Amino acid sequence: MSTLDIKGLQVSVATEAGFTEILRGVDLTIKSGETHAIMGPNGSGKSTLAYSIAGHPKYTITGGSVTLDGADVLAMSVDERARAGLFLAMQYPVEVPGVSVTNFLRTAATAIRGEAPKVRTWVGEVKEAMKALNMDTNFAERNVNEGFSGGEKKRHEILQLELLKPKFAILDETDSGLDVDALRIVSEGVNRIKGNSDLGILLITHYTRILRYIKPDFVHVFAAGKIVEAGGPELADKLEEKGYAEYTTA
Amino acid sequence: MSTLTTNYLAPTGREEAWRFTPLARVGGLLDPSTAIESVNSLRITSPQPEIKLSVKSAENLPALSESDDLATIRAREVIDEVTHIEVSANAQISEPLIIERSGLTGKPQASRTLISCGVNSHSTIILNNNGDAILADEIEFDLAPGSNLTFISLQEWSAKAVHLGRQHAVISKDATFNSIVITVGGSLVRLLPTVEYSGPGSSADLQGLYFATDGQHLEHRLHVNHNVPNAKSRVNYKGALAGDKAHTVWIGDVYIRANAEGTDTYELNRNLLLSDGARADSVPNLEIETGEIVGAGHASTTGRFDDEQLFYLSSRGIPAEIARRLVIRGFFAEIVGKIKNEEIENRLMDRIDSELAKVEA
Ligand SMILES: Nc1ncnc2c1ncn2[C@@H]1O[C@H](COP(=O)(O)OP(=O)(O)O)[C@@H](O)[C@H]1O
Ligand SMILES: [Mg+2]
Repeated sequence: MSTLDIKGLQVSVATEAGFTEILRGVDLTIKSGETHAIMGPNGSGKSTLAYSIAGHPKYTITGGSVTLDGADVLAMSVDERARAGLFLAMQYPVEVPGVSVTNFLRTAATAIRGEAPKVRTWVGEVKEAMKALNMDTNFAERNVNEGFSGGEKKRHEILQLELLKPKFAILDETDSGLDVDALRIVSEGVNRIKGNSDLGILLITHYTRILRYIKPDFVHVFAAGKIVEAGGPELADKLEEKGYAEYTTA
Repeated sequence: MSTLTTNYLAPTGREEAWRFTPLARVGGLLDPSTAIESVNSLRITSPQPEIKLSVKSAENLPALSESDDLATIRAREVIDEVTHIEVSANAQISEPLIIERSGLTGKPQASRTLISCGVNSHSTIILNNNGDAILADEIEFDLAPGSNLTFISLQEWSAKAVHLGRQHAVISKDATFNSIVITVGGSLVRLLPTVEYSGPGSSADLQGLYFATDGQHLEHRLHVNHNVPNAKSRVNYKGALAGDKAHTVWIGDVYIRANAEGTDTYELNRNLLLSDGARADSVPNLEIETGEIVGAGHASTTGRFDDEQLFYLSSRGIPAEIARRLVIRGFFAEIVGKIKNEEIENRLMDRIDSELAKVEA
């Protein structure tokens, strides 16, 4: 049983006009096996929260703490955070020209597991995970995210989630840009991974659509850089009906 | 030994062609008072049945093309013997002929080679340049109609080496010249991969890679002379620079002459700056004398390391130095992959990795 604990997190970003505060004290505790949905309007700071936990250099932490089983996540480098068990499925996965998916996955698995996976079992493992996500085998020979469609990018993120087996996964708008079929495949992937592990999930989304497939235990409403309301799955239904107006005009 | 002739004037550094080159470091190759030895510098390490190498007197094998390059002019003055590599007409050779330098002393030397490709022949030649050298070198390529040559020139010189070279192809009707120039070694390397055409339907594909670290000066001056109708050229050079005072120069001159209707050309140069003290000069230049062409374009970019790429890889647990290596390998993969020889590809990538590690240490 692991715990990801976010306390009073404040984050700024450097802009041409100086530092702008984006996160204004975020409190959130996620335990293994739990699924927390964070829902909020565009620009409320959801991706900033995701990137700050993962350690993106653009964001400056100005207050608060993030700990994983008591260990100070904010003191770790980006790769150390991943090796400690955090995974971020990005809203906009990055192209890496000239680096094949095969090479990338194997390098990442080697880093996370602390040793190179055995060639024989690894090839099977990758093939099976790709098949489960309805990915063509020639996908592995393509360059990371280069020329991928929106759906392919998101599947590739979930493929990594499956192979790298983190303790906690942050899924940043994994549903955006997906058609219904792709959304179902990706969601089933997440549910399968969760079913086979003790994964804790922070599911960031703008729309309630994905929550029909991935059932959250907790729902948090995010507005203007912090959590403004928390509840159970019923909160998502309310947002579905009424939208974010009540939180943004307040 | 060298003789001083009246038409040779050493460059001062003010000439357009020499303004980037640190002339103090050319090891006397441009100095008329320095003795330059003529050397037959090529030997075959991996022969192919239908390619032969012979040495001929310079009088019997005069230069194929004119050159205003001062290093070439100087070299031609002192050369008494020329290496002639001949690919038989109609030969279809799938394995590469591999040649390497021999007889290099590390003192000023000059070497000249003619590579003649027979009608409709198809071949690959790989040249390994390694060790110490102070070398003025000219290689000319005579591509007979319908021939196809891939020439891979690997500059894996020692850290002291000086190499001033011209690699000039004359491409006749329906012939194709594929050049891959890889420069990772040497103190000062200045290469002139140049092309002219002698018949329509001809094509040149000039690919290159250079990687410069502390204090290296790596210069590539390309020149494509579209002097016939319906010829094609592609130029794609990629460079990376790391460490203090690493300097690269890329010049891409493409001329489309008034008679060169139907020309199809594109040239590209991309540079990746890995540290602050490095400098990449990139000058594409396209001159068009006729509008009746298929296409003509050029692009040049010089950028820093993409932090988003590094973040993406690191966020998957990959340590920063491995992530950097992956990104650099990825940047060069497009060019290196064209060599189609796994041993050489690995050797080059390993050299780039180790040079990079030295800079980072
Ligand atoms: N790197 C950045 N530079 C400048 N402004 C940023 C940056 N990242 C986020 N912001 C600003 O912070 C706010 C929150 O952005 P973001 O976290 O992407 O929101 P969300 O994911 O909820 O749509 C927005 O106003 C956005 O413009
Ligand atoms: Mg976002």
